[in-house]
Amino acid sequence: MAAAVTIENLRKSYGSVIAVQDVSLTIQPGEIFGLLGPNGAGKTTTIRCLCTLSVPDSGRIELMGIPVLEQPQVARRYLGYIAQEVALDKVLTGRELLELQAAIYHMPKQVALGRIEQMLSLLDLQDWADQKTGAYSGGLKKRLDLALGLLHQPDVLVLDEPTVGLDIETRSAVWSFLRQLKAAGTTVLITSHYLEEVDALADRVAIIDQGRVIAAGTPSDLKDKIGGDRITLRIREFTPDDEAAKAKAMLADLPFVQDVIVNPAQGNSLNLVVERQADALAAVQRSLAEAGLPVFGISQSRPSLDDVYLAATGRTLMDAELAAVGQRDLKQEKKQAMKGR
Amino acid sequence: MSTTIPTSGRNGSRPLENADLSHWKANLGDPSQKSQGLFSAAFIQETLAMTRRLFIQLQRRPSTLIAGIIQPLIWLVLFGALFQNVPAGLFGESRNYGQFLGAGIIVFTAFGGALNAGLPVMFDREFGFLNRFLVAPLASRYSIVVASAIFIAALSLVQTAAILALSAVLGAGFPNLPGLVLVLGIVMTLVLGVTALSLGLTFALPGHIELIAVIFVTNLPLLFSSTALVPLDFMPQWLQVVASLNPLTYAIEPIRYVYLHSDWTLGSVVLQAPFAGVTLGASLGVLIVFCGVALALIQPLLRRRMA
Ligand SMILES: Nc1ncnc2c1ncn2[C@@H]1O[C@H](COP(=O)(O)OP(=O)(O)OP(=O)(O)O)[C@@H](O)[C@H]1O
Ligand SMILES: [Mg+2]
Repeated sequence: MAAAVTIENLRKSYGSVIAVQDVSLTIQPGEIFGLLGPNGAGKTTTIRCLCTLSVPDSGRIELMGIPVLEQPQVARRYLGYIAQEVALDKVLTGRELLELQAAIYHMPKQVALGRIEQMLSLLDLQDWADQKTGAYSGGLKKRLDLALGLLHQPDVLVLDEPTVGLDIETRSAVWSFLRQLKAAGTTVLITSHYLEEVDALADRVAIIDQGRVIAAGTPSDLKDKIGGDRITLRIREFTPDDEAAKAKAMLADLPFVQDVIVNPAQGNSLNLVVERQADALAAVQRSLAEAGLPVFGISQSRPSLDDVYLAATGRTLMDAELAAVGQRDLKQEKKQAMKGR
Repeated sequence: MSTTIPTSGRNGSRPLENADLSHWKANLGDPSQKSQGLFSAAFIQETLAMTRRLFIQLQRRPSTLIAGIIQPLIWLVLFGALFQNVPAGLFGESRNYGQFLGAGIIVFTAFGGALNAGLPVMFDREFGFLNRFLVAPLASRYSIVVASAIFIAALSLVQTAAILALSAVLGAGFPNLPGLVLVLGIVMTLVLGVTALSLGLTFALPGHIELIAVIFVTNLPLLFSSTALVPLDFMPQWLQVVASLNPLTYAIEPIRYVYLHSDWTLGSVVLQAPFAGVTLGASLGVLIVFCGVALALIQPLLRRRMA
């Protein structure tokens, strides 16, 4: 089957800032595709180009077989876009906004009426439909935003950080809603800097960093590719430095252990990268017992997407986020984003 | 209020789809064909929906309307009083200053309303709401312009009616019926042109601060360099030239003329500009050209994010 979305060698800069350097990705119909990356990686910029809000410097974008840059008008019919921040007209009611949305997608009146009722009931908004949106809670606003974006039954739904700033309950509600959409055949593209979100939702993921795709594939493929398992070990609740150092030296000598990191932020817990083998955990415990060291807690896990990011960039997503915070001129960006160039 | 999103809707196993909608979408026809455009059914539908939103806002926040009616009436009374004792004859054929001023206030009020038309759109843009329109398959982005223009024109008509009524009470009389139609036509043309320019600025400028600054430096200077407050022959030569280039003058003079002459024709000379006498028909021509140029000028700005 032809791809739902193809982006090839996308490049977009704002003045001297290169927001997207070289992004290529392919999204298959009916899958949830996650775009993962730290703040400032270029996720929103990529999405704005796909959604016809920005014109890239170069590259090619195709959506449902339509060349987006050449025929934005046609592409828009197939596209649903849900922005990072919910923007509603607070003076209008939910129903009035849905009616406006139906009209700008040129739905015939009868079709629109039925569809609006359907979306109201689907998102459990009936009780609030005739209230001004200014009176809505955050979760309600997000649900109305989803209803608006989905009203015209887009083939490809694009959501920029759909759960940022939401409470946990609403977040998991959004997750399950996106899964339903997928089950109904909609192609979904989400951006996120939450690892768990992408890991839990996405069939395939592209990790982008500084405007480039640094890894792409299914989450489990990506994790398999970097290989090894992770063992997290706590000798005591708060392990003294010398004991941690001793254990580290000893464990690093085991043949199947590839790396050992002491994490002082977690009471000197030890993080081991080990070859995947059935008895790794038991072997570690055995050698600790032989050395006379206790075990407060030990667990083995597959690598996470953060480990994938770490392997590709040499830093964790969290580090990257913290580093990014200091670098950005948010006011300037907001202005620029509005100009949309 | 629970925050769960229910897992099944009313119509069975595929709650997210809608048979009517799917059917309609499937029959939309070849999407690459340019069946849409200005004045298509789709254009009218989206324009009316955007206009409706503006009227709902007005209905729920009527203060703009109330202020918009009171303000020109205050102008009329205050300015009329200021110049009440000016000897008759100084203001051309007008019997008194109040009669002279009515036309100026009508035009200036409509102009001010249209000049501000971009502000709410700018706030939509800053807030992100405008993105809803920009990602939608609008038949033409001129619908945003036309919706604002319809809204402002309706407001201006109400304001104009109020000004006409108060002027009549103050002794200025009333244009005849064809004259009234002409007044409305002039107000609408001016509003469409100026609204287009204001929205053009909205798409071109970085934010509302800049837009307000531009509105601020345009509004009053255009008033004072037109014939709204004093006749042309009152002004020094250079200002006469400026006023003869100011589109507001071409809206004001015909209105003023039909106030005084029930026997007006398109050939009546309404303005003695430094370069030539300008007929009523020529004034209308100038206004229509101004409006057309304004609409054409902003086209690249509306398109900008599309390409
Ligand atoms: N309008 C703009 N003007 C100038 N620089 C910009 C603009 N938009 C983005 N940038 C820069 O481009 C880079 C990518 O930004 P983008 O918003 O695409 O990142 P993101 O991955 O969406 O980040 P976040 O997770 O914070 O939303 C950043 O370095 C940012 O500073
Ligand atoms: Mg972003």
